[in-house]
Amino acid sequence: MEKVYLAVVLAPLIASIIAGLFGRQIGRSGAHWVTIIGVAIALAASLYAFYMHVFGGLSTFDGTVYTWIASDLFEFNIGFLVDNLTVMMMVVVTAVSLMVHIYTIGYMHDDPGYQRFFSYISLFTFSMLMLVMSNNLLQLFFGWEAVGLVSYLLIGFWYKRESAIFANLKAFLVNRVGDFGFLLGIAAILAYTDSLHYATVFERLPELADITVEYWPGVEWSLISVIAILLFIGAMGKSAQVPLHVWLPDSMEGPTPISALIHAATMVTAGIFMVARFSPLFELSDAALSFILVIGAVTAIFMGLLGIVQHDIKRVIAYSTLSQLGFMTAALGVSAYSPALFHLMTHAFFKALLFLAAGSVIIALHHEQDMRKMGGLAKKLPITFATFFIGALALIGFPGTSGFYSKESVIYAVAASELPGAEFAYWALFIGVFVTAFYTFRMLFLVFFGESRMDAHTASHAKESPKVVTVPLVLLAVPSLIIGFLVVEPMLFGAYFDDSIRVLATHGAMATLEDQFKGAWGMFLYGWTTPVVWMALAGVAGAAIMYLGMPNVLPPLFARVFAWPKRILEEGYGFDSFNNTVIAGGSRLLGRGLWQGADLRAIDGWLVNGTAAFVGYMARTWRLIQTGYLYHYAFVMILGLIGLMTWIVFIGA
Amino acid sequence: MTLASLNLQPVLPEIVLAAMACLILLVDPFLPKRGPTVSFVLSILTLIALFVITLVQMDDSVRMSFGDMVVNDPMADLMKLVVYVLVAAVFVISRTYLRQRGIDKGEYYMLGLFGVLGMMITISSNHLLLLYLGLELMSLALYAMTAFKRDDGRASEAAMKYFVLGALASGILLYGMSLLYGVTGNLMLTAIAETVAAGEDSMALKAAVVLIVVGAVFKMGIAPFHMWLPDVYEGAPTAVTLYLAAAPKVAALALVMRLLVDGMGPLFYDWQPMLIVVAMLSMAIGNVVAIAQTSFKRMLTYSTIGHVGFILLGVLAGTNEGYAAALFYTIAYAVMTIGGFGIILLLARQGFEAESMDDLKGLNDRSPVMAFVFLLLMFSMAGIPFTFGFWAKLAVLQSIVGVGLWWLATFAVVTAVIGAFYYLRAVKMVYFDKPEDTSPIQADVNVRGVLILSGASMLIFGLYPTGLTALTAGAFGL
Repeated sequence: MEKVYLAVVLAPLIASIIAGLFGRQIGRSGAHWVTIIGVAIALAASLYAFYMHVFGGLSTFDGTVYTWIASDLFEFNIGFLVDNLTVMMMVVVTAVSLMVHIYTIGYMHDDPGYQRFFSYISLFTFSMLMLVMSNNLLQLFFGWEAVGLVSYLLIGFWYKRESAIFANLKAFLVNRVGDFGFLLGIAAILAYTDSLHYATVFERLPELADITVEYWPGVEWSLISVIAILLFIGAMGKSAQVPLHVWLPDSMEGPTPISALIHAATMVTAGIFMVARFSPLFELSDAALSFILVIGAVTAIFMGLLGIVQHDIKRVIAYSTLSQLGFMTAALGVSAYSPALFHLMTHAFFKALLFLAAGSVIIALHHEQDMRKMGGLAKKLPITFATFFIGALALIGFPGTSGFYSKESVIYAVAASELPGAEFAYWALFIGVFVTAFYTFRMLFLVFFGESRMDAHTASHAKESPKVVTVPLVLLAVPSLIIGFLVVEPMLFGAYFDDSIRVLATHGAMATLEDQFKGAWGMFLYGWTTPVVWMALAGVAGAAIMYLGMPNVLPPLFARVFAWPKRILEEGYGFDSFNNTVIAGGSRLLGRGLWQGADLRAIDGWLVNGTAAFVGYMARTWRLIQTGYLYHYAFVMILGLIGLMTWIVFIGA
Repeated sequence: MTLASLNLQPVLPEIVLAAMACLILLVDPFLPKRGPTVSFVLSILTLIALFVITLVQMDDSVRMSFGDMVVNDPMADLMKLVVYVLVAAVFVISRTYLRQRGIDKGEYYMLGLFGVLGMMITISSNHLLLLYLGLELMSLALYAMTAFKRDDGRASEAAMKYFVLGALASGILLYGMSLLYGVTGNLMLTAIAETVAAGEDSMALKAAVVLIVVGAVFKMGIAPFHMWLPDVYEGAPTAVTLYLAAAPKVAALALVMRLLVDGMGPLFYDWQPMLIVVAMLSMAIGNVVAIAQTSFKRMLTYSTIGHVGFILLGVLAGTNEGYAAALFYTIAYAVMTIGGFGIILLLARQGFEAESMDDLKGLNDRSPVMAFVFLLLMFSMAGIPFTFGFWAKLAVLQSIVGVGLWWLATFAVVTAVIGAFYYLRAVKMVYFDKPEDTSPIQADVNVRGVLILSGASMLIFGLYPTGLTALTAGAFGL
């Protein structure tokens, strides 16, 4: 099986190298063929691995494929840990990636950076697979940073646009904050367990349970809590949780296919995956779990609200991604790891679908993204509309769709929890359901229904996208619709995650849920009677009244009445202004001070130039000793000998 | 010692080499005048054969022969293997250069092989006289090779300086050996160690230690006994410089190991402080003076002085880890050096030597592949992480930190940082300056091949140092 795992990882890497370095030689079609074949191989191998692990009874693989450094204290290895959690992630990543690869042929058709784009997304696939398949923290961190790098490259893909450069820099810097915490967490684990290998770390966790650390005189923290929160800060950066969420909406500056792949379906879920992978650690700290829960709930509700006031179709979906990541995080907080992962998987499919469908709209309108200039597109783009509609239903959790099963489980797990903050989180998520439905259908109605608000030229050219675009949409619509029904039982209440996830008996949310569960069919029927679904339907109804019923009356009225709240939402609660003025401005001020005072004067003036001048002086002087005369050389040798002789023999060492 | 106790099997490589060198010496004059292709091919075949024989005989045991005068331990075997590879690479890369300058003669290869024989004897000896014999055999070959371009004034001057100073150093070494013999009454290194350990510290013994240290580190080119090195390396034809700079350093390390560790191990506390002083001097002088050089060849020479200082750090740690690190560093250094001087061969052509720093400018515009090889080599010499040179530096630093010499490690790192400056400056010239000479690179496949191999090994051993680390550690029973 090791060869299969290697094929999964290496096929996209090799394809990426070929497309990246030899893009000019193999041409445009060569670049997409080689990368698509690479990812297809990875998908096939992932499916095989999935089959072997889930149905073939293959036990967990935990092995090293390459030892990088072995020293007395620790070993740094490249290795794979493949269990049910991993194979699920592998299939999701490669499947969505393959769809995005195919879709890109249509979306990037006229772009001069065609080969570069394919090389990047293949490289991304490799990095993400390294991340999820890792069996140690160093490789995890490598994958973590590598996906971050590719994300940076792709947000700034159109590097001549100033806004794209601003956005990728922002993404890079904000992620640095999270990664700093993450790195500290990894360092703490290495320091206390002498290992980065997951299994070894988990084995040694009980030894750490009682250790407290005192970073401030008189304030004692449990070591486990410190490590867990540090690791979670890394997850907050990558999975865009408040307050480190600010980069994700701006990341929409990148081409739409990568918004779908990286900033919705896969990379941003890395934080969720990591917390689930480290469930044995997080379980030991109620403080960290509470923290996670509250952060997730806050993200879920407040980021969702922002979606209501956006005009850019991609930004609506971006805020919805933030909000859904908040749902997953909240689920992690109540130890409901399997619903979080379940939601991660369904979300990957329907959110990729929504993004790609939005991209299809954007192609049809010649790269127009403002919803105020759309409308009435349902007839012109029938396939896009149908698939978008399915995606929207899944997103709001309409009974029977995949999103219904996952979101419902998340909310009831939070409801069943007794952790501090669970009450608040429940209500936040509950209202979040309404908000989600509202902005989703607002978007749907604005784009596909009502009167056309396009100019005549655009309207006459708007037509359904080519097959390479629509086929991936259809292929993603299928799992968005049915996968929840199929897997809810084994995944949440079966033994699927038994080897990967550890939940303490004191965290009983999932156990409660299991008692109430009556099968996928029963859940569907029962769903019609629950307040959560009614909240969602209320959101749809609200959007319908506002944007279908009286689109020219109600929205302006609401805007006038709620002028202040609207302003706050449009400003994104002021996170951006705060960061720009206080943090960025402050750092610049500090930087200028250090540059002028410390750097130019003290370091450059005295230390650097002073040292350099001294070294240069020494170099010139010593060079003069090298006269070229033989007797000088012999003389120096003899002097050296006499010096050593005097020292050792007569003075003594 | 009776004839019956002779065991020829361990010295088979030496015997084969001696026979082959003599054969080439005899055959060469009768060959057509067009060029010594036959001698070249025979030399390479000989080295391959030696490699195979040594590899087959290699095991973890210590095999004594010739009445305990010759020792074949894992260290000796590994060093010999390295020497064969290095010398073969030098022969291959030098051909075109020699031919263009009209000095592609069979004697070059023949002298080179005799030099190898000297190195092998030095590496394997357990006897003061045998050690001296090997050393002189090697040195004589080196002197002659330096003067190989007879009608070139610079080369003759270099050979003269080398010979006179080398003779002086040999005299000092011999004086030390005679004192050592006088005190211990023995020539066998292992026996000397036993006597020294049992006996008392006398002034004569201390004087012997000083003299031997001076004589031994001269061969490595350690400051303040380094003065010959820049002039010789610069004056000698570049093909010879390559030979001088690579393999003999392995033999010089063996010399230091055999004399100081095997023979005078019990006197560790006498020779360690001396080595600390000369190593510090070497690292400082090598790295600082290199900055002021305008000749690339001379810059590399000073960089060599810095590197051998680092190698000595491993020895003076006095632990097996340290010795292994020193050997690892020596191998890394030798491979890097072949690449470094090889770049000069790459840029040189008929009637043009390309020794100045300015000749490096804009190499990237002329040949991106070679520029990248150059970048790898310079990064490795500077010790930038994930190159061969980084692990070498890390290993020696770890070994001295392991014996508590923190301050020395700090000093070494500071000199390495100073050294990084001129390596990076060379890289900057290659990538960011406009070439003064835009003609295409003429070098043939031999030069390019060896250079690419050398550059690639910086990366390969940088990413996968474990294999070589295990080998060098195994050479000292770790």
